[in-house]
Amino acid sequence: MNATSDASASPIVLDVDVAERTFAAADGSALHAVGALRFALQADSFTCIVGPSGCGKTTTLRMILGLDEGYTGTIELARRGPLAAVFQEPRLLPWRTVEQNVRLALPDARSEASLDELFDALGLAELRGFYPAELSLGLARRVALARAFALEPALLLLDEPFVSLDEPTAERLRALLLALWRARPTTALMVTHNAREATLLADRILVFGERPTSVLDTIELTTPREARTEADVRAVLERLHARVPSVPKVP
Amino acid sequence: MAAGSDDASSDDHPSAAGSRSAAAGALVADQSGGGRGDDRAIGGGPIAAPPPEAVSPRAAGRSRAARSGPSALRRALASLLSILVLFALWTIVALWIDDNALPTPAAVGSSLVTEWRSGELLFHLSTTLARVIAAFTVAMAIGSAIGIRLGTSEAINRVVDPWLILLLNIPALVIIVLAYIWFGLNEAAAIGAVALNKIPNVVVTMREGARALDPEYAEMARVYRFGRWKRLRHVVLPQLQPFFAAATRSGLSLIWKIVLVVELLGRSNGVGFQIHLYFQLFDVATILAYTLAFVAVMLLVEYAVLQPLERHANRWRPTRA
Repeated sequence: MNATSDASASPIVLDVDVAERTFAAADGSALHAVGALRFALQADSFTCIVGPSGCGKTTTLRMILGLDEGYTGTIELARRGPLAAVFQEPRLLPWRTVEQNVRLALPDARSEASLDELFDALGLAELRGFYPAELSLGLARRVALARAFALEPALLLLDEPFVSLDEPTAERLRALLLALWRARPTTALMVTHNAREATLLADRILVFGERPTSVLDTIELTTPREARTEADVRAVLERLHARVPSVPKVP
Repeated sequence: MAAGSDDASSDDHPSAAGSRSAAAGALVADQSGGGRGDDRAIGGGPIAAPPPEAVSPRAAGRSRAARSGPSALRRALASLLSILVLFALWTIVALWIDDNALPTPAAVGSSLVTEWRSGELLFHLSTTLARVIAAFTVAMAIGSAIGIRLGTSEAINRVVDPWLILLLNIPALVIIVLAYIWFGLNEAAAIGAVALNKIPNVVVTMREGARALDPEYAEMARVYRFGRWKRLRHVVLPQLQPFFAAATRSGLSLIWKIVLVVELLGRSNGVGFQIHLYFQLFDVATILAYTLAFVAVMLLVEYAVLQPLERHANRWRPTRA
């Protein structure tokens, strides 16, 4: 399970080599958020970032997305193609319908059929004409997933996409995400607080340390997802707990 | 609205509930056919279950539609009654005073008919309305452009803000007189002067709107590579719409009043010119006839143009119970 290095020949999609990201506060003090941060993502892999609260996980995603340019170092996207993001909040345009929100993310008019399939897969087929305010949070998150996958991104970034959902809903959405990712393979990088969620979805977990954050540990989950036993999951959770004390201890 | 609305939603939308399980079924079928053979089982169960967190279309939307009939009628009747009471009071006071300075509503009505028959009313009303529309369009376009720029750039705002305060406090009359002196007694000077009076108000309102733009939507638009036009149309303008509506409301009423002054001072037609004419003749009935006629035009603009537009712009907002 916890093989140290996976020697697969998949090409690198993203190469992060950030030296530092510091934030200046209004009172002149500085917050050293990200230290020497190095990692790379292989094509069509699913990587989860787990780390203590406030350690710079979201900052890392924002730097990759180009929303935060205040860092020193390099972030290289090796594969051409669009980026897609699923934010903590669904960030749907409230004045556009479900379908318009998804369509607007596309660079040009794509075939109806491919969107139909996506809406069907996410159980949104009947909801295309509704406005976001008419949806529950769980449904709005599905729309955010639809928007991201519709783009067929080279790199998909997810920032705690299932936070503040009740567990059964979160579980369903995890399963949907996994199914979508298998049907439309892409390189996925997901930030999560939920260590168990990481063990379900990821084939690699990057463990981030306290500020200034860097990668403390890389856990490769080589066992296929459905073959992972409770013992495998416990082993990963224990290793995570050893690195990040805020990850709950396995009972 | 999301939590705990499952009962209601399944009652309201049985078809949606049915389709949810159908969609889930399709997904399961999709999963079991083709794809990567390695890891498929996790989550198979949860996907197959119909997602109960689903639809909560607002019951409020329907009840509003159902309610709008009688309540709209009642509101219209109340407005009508209120206006009738006003006219009744006016009649009583006018009859009591019995002076040419305060004609009865009936006398005003007869002046209205006389002016209409001669074609004067329609000509001067439409002339004034055309000036209002022109000045309004110019003021909204220039004011919005400047306001949005100021709202998004603090540096530019610091430079322009003192000018804005100056302009806001120059009396309309001064701007009009100066415009006529500098640019001559012509249509461009008239409309320009009215627009210039309104522009600072539009700037201030739209600046607030631009300051209230949500950066989260801007980030989303950036990540999804929205072009300039797409961002403006789908992200920025919808957020500015309430501010635009507020500027429109206060703008139209202010502009038509200033247009009358402009006409009085330097034009040979329009409602303002006519009021000036009948002021010299001391014909209060005709003055009131023109005033009421133009107020009626503005009410028509409000109910036939502004309110439908606003309803359309706000269609996505959840209705308040």
